[in-house]
Amino acid sequence: MTLRLENLTVTLAGRRLVALDLTIGPGEIVTLMAPSGAGKSSALGAIIGTLPPDFAVTGRVLLGGRDVTALPTRLRRIGLLFQDDLLFPHLSVAGNLGFALPARMTDRSARIDSALGSAGLAGFGPRDPATLSGGERARVALLRCLLAEPQALLLDEPFSRLDTALRDQMRSLVFDRARNLGLPVLLVTHDIEDARAAAGPVLDPFGTATSSLSP
Amino acid sequence: MSLRALPRLTLALMAVPVLAGLAGTLMPAFADGATAFRDLAAWPGLPRASALSLGTGLASTAVALGLCLAILAALYGSPAFDRIRRLLAPLLAVPHAAAALGLAFLIAPSGWIARALSPWATGWTSPPDLLILNDPWGLSLTAGLIAKELPFLLLMALSSLAATDPERRLTTAASLGYGRASGFLLTILPALYRQLRLPVYAVLTYAMTVVDMALILGPTLPPTLSQQVVNWQMAPSLTSQNLAAAGAVLQLALVLFALTLWRMAEIAARALLIRWAMSGHRAAALDRPVRRFALFAATLLAGALFAGLAAQALWSVAADWRFSDALPASLSLAAWRTALPDLAPATARTIAIAVAATLAALALALGCLEAEARHGLRATPRAMMLLYLPLLVPQVVFLPGLQTLALAAKLEGNWIAVAAAHVVFVLPYVFLSLSQPFRNLDPRLAIAARALGATEARIFWQMRLPLLLAPVLTAFAVGMAVSVGLYLPTLLLGGGRVTTLTTEAVALSSGGNRRIIGSFALLQLLLPALCFWIALALPRIVWRHRRRMLA
Repeated sequence: MTLRLENLTVTLAGRRLVALDLTIGPGEIVTLMAPSGAGKSSALGAIIGTLPPDFAVTGRVLLGGRDVTALPTRLRRIGLLFQDDLLFPHLSVAGNLGFALPARMTDRSARIDSALGSAGLAGFGPRDPATLSGGERARVALLRCLLAEPQALLLDEPFSRLDTALRDQMRSLVFDRARNLGLPVLLVTHDIEDARAAAGPVLDPFGTATSSLSP
Repeated sequence: MSLRALPRLTLALMAVPVLAGLAGTLMPAFADGATAFRDLAAWPGLPRASALSLGTGLASTAVALGLCLAILAALYGSPAFDRIRRLLAPLLAVPHAAAALGLAFLIAPSGWIARALSPWATGWTSPPDLLILNDPWGLSLTAGLIAKELPFLLLMALSSLAATDPERRLTTAASLGYGRASGFLLTILPALYRQLRLPVYAVLTYAMTVVDMALILGPTLPPTLSQQVVNWQMAPSLTSQNLAAAGAVLQLALVLFALTLWRMAEIAARALLIRWAMSGHRAAALDRPVRRFALFAATLLAGALFAGLAAQALWSVAADWRFSDALPASLSLAAWRTALPDLAPATARTIAIAVAATLAALALALGCLEAEARHGLRATPRAMMLLYLPLLVPQVVFLPGLQTLALAAKLEGNWIAVAAAHVVFVLPYVFLSLSQPFRNLDPRLAIAARALGATEARIFWQMRLPLLLAPVLTAFAVGMAVSVGLYLPTLLLGGGRVTTLTTEAVALSSGGNRRIIGSFALLQLLLPALCFWIALALPRIVWRHRRRMLA
């Protein structure tokens, strides 16, 4: 699967915020670096389809050749990880994962258990998400995202709330999973360390390659 | 007295009348052993009156809540929703009696709908002999309650929705393949409902025990239990008042029973939602029907309320309006001239009571919030529960007792006693309306002022109060709307001798002179509307050179 952004632009009130033309191959990680502000979140919104109507979008988003530009978010099959884990507090850990697992899947609890086991969280199913540590919650959020069988991954500063030791672990966990599944990944961040760990192309919201990764 | 004690004092002011009233109701009920209850059991209308109270209350609350959730699930964040949001304040300001009378003007056999459809569609040349109003099943009462409770529930839901992080949760659910409606139900509702529970209970209690709407729209033989309790209470004999007290006790038991049923339904619904979430069914096909249903229901209810109010306005100036004419043949101000001798004093009294009660409630609410800010106090959930107490204990249960006490203390029957009773009902709404903007004030502003040497009093009068001009005016308008619409406290504490626009409109409703009813109902509506208009307009004038104050 490849994620292709074909001449994708976002304009708000005459101001150009995003201009991207790029292809992300299976297992490839492209980093979008910007200090902060409108460009990053507009690019994300355009790709997953959540921009308010006053943002003008041109160009196309293609996922494995499928044009998803006009589709609602739920039909795009692009997984999303935020800087907060956004686990639903009223569901158990297993409930959060069951929420993501497609309904056609049988032997649901076995799948959930094996997913938890694969992330070092065996036996965590019945737990209340609020009782988990930050790192555990981040891993559950990743599992939830992947269980929905996305065809691409969008990461919105997913490591910025973790402390430094955890951050390295989470980075390699997320990147390894994505590479193994052959998912194209777009990482949006302002942390230069994220970009280094991703070890892929680094661009700004206008598609210009950032020259140096030194701080 | 120090400001620190004010929140406790205010809560006492809320709780004492309710508890004293409860005691005042319970005592006569058990005064002659079980005699009053034996008399109550002997009343042949009892089973049906009780069933009506339960049925209309549970049905209207369930439908209103269902509609509220459907509207939020399907439309939140869309342009249609902004239109609905703008309609909420005016719809809320419509007093219950005015809304009920408007609906009656619309759906009665000789009402506007029948006129608009006759004779070309129905063949009727005279009003048909149909029992639409006061139908024995309480259907028109249920419809009226739904139309009036839906805006309240929507407003309460909106005020706590932001805290549930709806945009990101919906995005997360959508990125996992869920539709709008299923995403809302599965990820936002559980958090939202926790905030909505108390208002829902208040709505259920109110719907089961409402008196003014039941008088206008509800069944008559027998009436709902609450109506019969008031009939007994207003009768002059002592046995009849003991009977009223016994009826009030039964009414309280019925409300507690309904709340228990509701709580059980909540638990079942929660278990079902969690099972659904675990099953992974995306249910995106729900979106379209839910959206259609929400739009249809919102349009129908808002349209019915506005059309009913328009019908009242039209009737009050109709000279000659024969049946099956869609519009009056000629207009005149005769009804207004006829009504003026009653209308003018009733209006003056309504305004005096509402202004007195609202100013008192505003002072208490501002004082409590200021005490919070100065002394770092925090409203505990228990305190909020006490604040809601006058909304959670049915009026018809504690007001008869309060009336008995007021009678014993020779306080009953003058407008000041009525205004004092109004404070109990006005304060919760004023506080709810004011607390959010007050607590949202940037605390650094006060610190900056203190650093400049300002006293706490100066910070309040010269900084907080001016900053809060718009919210204070809105809270004032909310208080006026609540007070103007109050029926039972006015009737009982006034001993039937303090007449306001609302008591007059309800009393006139059985008489059937639509022109006079129209004039009373219209004024009842215009008073709060005027206050809301001032609350919108005045800050715009005062702050016309202060851009950030108008944001």
